[in-house]
Amino acid sequence: MFKHYFEQIHNVAVWPIISLSIFFIFFLCLILWVWTADKGYINGMKQLPLESDEDQSDYQLKPEES
Amino acid sequence: MEIEKFSYDNKIVKYFIVATVIFGIVGMLVGLTAAIQLFYPIFNFDTAYTTFGRIRPLHTNAVIFAFVGNAMFAGVYYSMQRLLKTRMFSDALSWINFWGWQLIILAAAISLPLGYTTSKEYAELEWPIDIAIAIIWVVFGINMIGTIIKRREKHMYVAIWFYIATFVTVAVLHIVNSFALPVSFMKSYSWYAGVQDALVQWWYGHNAVAFFLTTPFLGLMYYYLPKAANRPVYSYKLSIIHFWSLIFIYIWAGPHHLLYTSLPDWAQSLGVVFSIMLIAPSWGGMLNGLLTLRGAWDKVREDPVLKFMVVAVTAYGMATFEGPMLSLKNVNAIAHYTDWIVAHVHIGGLGWNGFLIFGILYWMIPKMWGTKLYSVRLANNHFWLGTLGIIFYALPLYVAGITQSLMWKEFNAEGFLEYKNFLETVVQILPMYMLRAIGGGLYLIGAFLMSYNLIKTAKSGSFIANEAAEAPPLEKTKKQTEGGHWHSVLERKPVLFTVLTVIAIVIGGVIEMVPTFLIKSNVPTITNVKPYTPLELHGRDIYIREGCVNCHSQMVRPFRSETERYGEYSKAGEFVYDHPFLWGSKRTGPDLHRVGGKYPDSWHYYHMLDPAAVSAGSIMPPYPWLFTSPIDMEDTEGKISAMRTLGVPYAPGYESEANNDLMKQADEIALRLFEEDEIEVASEAEIVALIAYLQRLGTDIKAAPATNKDETASNE
Repeated sequence: MFKHYFEQIHNVAVWPIISLSIFFIFFLCLILWVWTADKGYINGMKQLPLESDEDQSDYQLKPEES
Repeated sequence: MEIEKFSYDNKIVKYFIVATVIFGIVGMLVGLTAAIQLFYPIFNFDTAYTTFGRIRPLHTNAVIFAFVGNAMFAGVYYSMQRLLKTRMFSDALSWINFWGWQLIILAAAISLPLGYTTSKEYAELEWPIDIAIAIIWVVFGINMIGTIIKRREKHMYVAIWFYIATFVTVAVLHIVNSFALPVSFMKSYSWYAGVQDALVQWWYGHNAVAFFLTTPFLGLMYYYLPKAANRPVYSYKLSIIHFWSLIFIYIWAGPHHLLYTSLPDWAQSLGVVFSIMLIAPSWGGMLNGLLTLRGAWDKVREDPVLKFMVVAVTAYGMATFEGPMLSLKNVNAIAHYTDWIVAHVHIGGLGWNGFLIFGILYWMIPKMWGTKLYSVRLANNHFWLGTLGIIFYALPLYVAGITQSLMWKEFNAEGFLEYKNFLETVVQILPMYMLRAIGGGLYLIGAFLMSYNLIKTAKSGSFIANEAAEAPPLEKTKKQTEGGHWHSVLERKPVLFTVLTVIAIVIGGVIEMVPTFLIKSNVPTITNVKPYTPLELHGRDIYIREGCVNCHSQMVRPFRSETERYGEYSKAGEFVYDHPFLWGSKRTGPDLHRVGGKYPDSWHYYHMLDPAAVSAGSIMPPYPWLFTSPIDMEDTEGKISAMRTLGVPYAPGYESEANNDLMKQADEIALRLFEEDEIEVASEAEIVALIAYLQRLGTDIKAAPATNKDETASNE
């Protein structure tokens, strides 16, 4: 029944196609970038929360075995 | 390079923590009260202020915005300073954020029991409070962006991205959905009507879950889980994909709350597709969290902080798998309007949000007070009580939801509904409601244990209000602001990053909503759908005030089991004057869209006075105050004018004579009540207005079924 209303909107069928394309292209670019991202940078970012704090062992139930 | 000395503001974090613990307990107590009312209606203490319809929104607002909201602020204020190696941008803004938020909570706690509500789920607060929320939220945003700009760390860690997305999206959602025309102080009508209002509301409602309960907590997970496990996140690359795909997809999924309703099929399908796609980023995030613990699972056995976090992330995984499954139309046909949905949201609420908050509190408080946790054993007890609580909460409701839904749909051999009386399906699941209350009670006891444990912990240490720190300043050389991968460049430009985030979420909202708003001019009006009479309008506002929408839907889905039980399925064109829409999302009682004309006026009169006397075993509370308090006729003029401004075709000047029509219709109903059963009632009593509204519901298309069987017919 709603098909009837939508037929009156100019080119409504293109809306979902546009939305899917936008997302798909963005996602592809993102994957590509992540794939090629610099290792050093990624590792640096990974350590970010841990390095900001020296007294890390405050809340340890037992000494860290490393 | 010169090292700068500064300090982290722990005091603001401490205040938010105290608020989250207090409001957590209050919110859960209100929830438990509501849960008990469902099998023991007298538990509303016989006052208007504590009926289910009013305290259910109080519960949801308290746990979402007071408990989870304050915890979010605490976690964000603590982690952001450390991740950016700077104190917050402005202490003054931090405190405005804190006290402003608590005042909003206070306003909500007073106004909701008094019946001031917009009736839109998780957006019930009336317009003055909405404006306050917008202001305080912007204060938080300025403080956050300011902190990011004055940071000493070149890059923004992934947690910060989630915080930024939270800020911008919640701001957009809140403002768009709260658009309303004030009628008086504490009363407004939604700017949108019917189908449009429903779409905007669930675009908001779904994304309130996404961007208030999920993204900030994913940010917190990416900070606190590595901290508690003392190892970096499993995959930073995965976290980047997690972030962008999550915020991109989430914003589209709202229409899955409106499957099989009068919302256009096109929008429904879009909601379903994006909901299914959501599994990927959600599970990517969950696995990233769990795999962070690789090689540290021995710690999980002993450390209550990690136990809470592991269950939280697992609950996140379960809820984000269940959500997309519930978005499939065939599953939704069974689950929608039942307790299955309530169970689903509590896996997320109690498991994901609650347990992550508990884990973070157990980790943060010993640190901030420079001590150790008072009792690990007590924390472990809390963990098990909480876990059992979740299980006892959710499992009975799954059984209840599926049982009730199947009973609704059951036909006998003769082709009639097997359980024609809705009440039969309610009585059947009452034992499950009792078990659910036990589950909630266990969870609450756990929260009490935590409060005691945290207070004892704080007392055993001394609070470090300003934690000293040092870091080199961020050098603004050309080399650092240019070059590198585009994403690392982005991370150095917070404002650009924020803009891109806005674009990502706005695209979804716009593409989804614009066509649905376009059809407004294209929806063929059903010619015999007329605006509400002044009396019916008052009745509708009483319906809104009493929170009837919390238990009764007004949306008959196009299923044989529903058209058989309720009548003709609901059409989009029937709701064009509904500011706000009242479709509802849960059927604790039957749908009311076609209730008009189904019973005599006297039935409604006695039913509202004592539901259990009319329908033995009913769990609906009585509404005696409606019989004594008069309709506020001074408001009529303002209401009619406001509705006309919103596009409802009342004739010019009608507002000044509306009260005459109102009294005329009220006298007719009062007379009919007397004729039917010698009921003597004042025409001005609120019950008369409510009866007028209920008797009007869904009757417009009954008026001339031959000429307007389908709304499309009138357009041809």
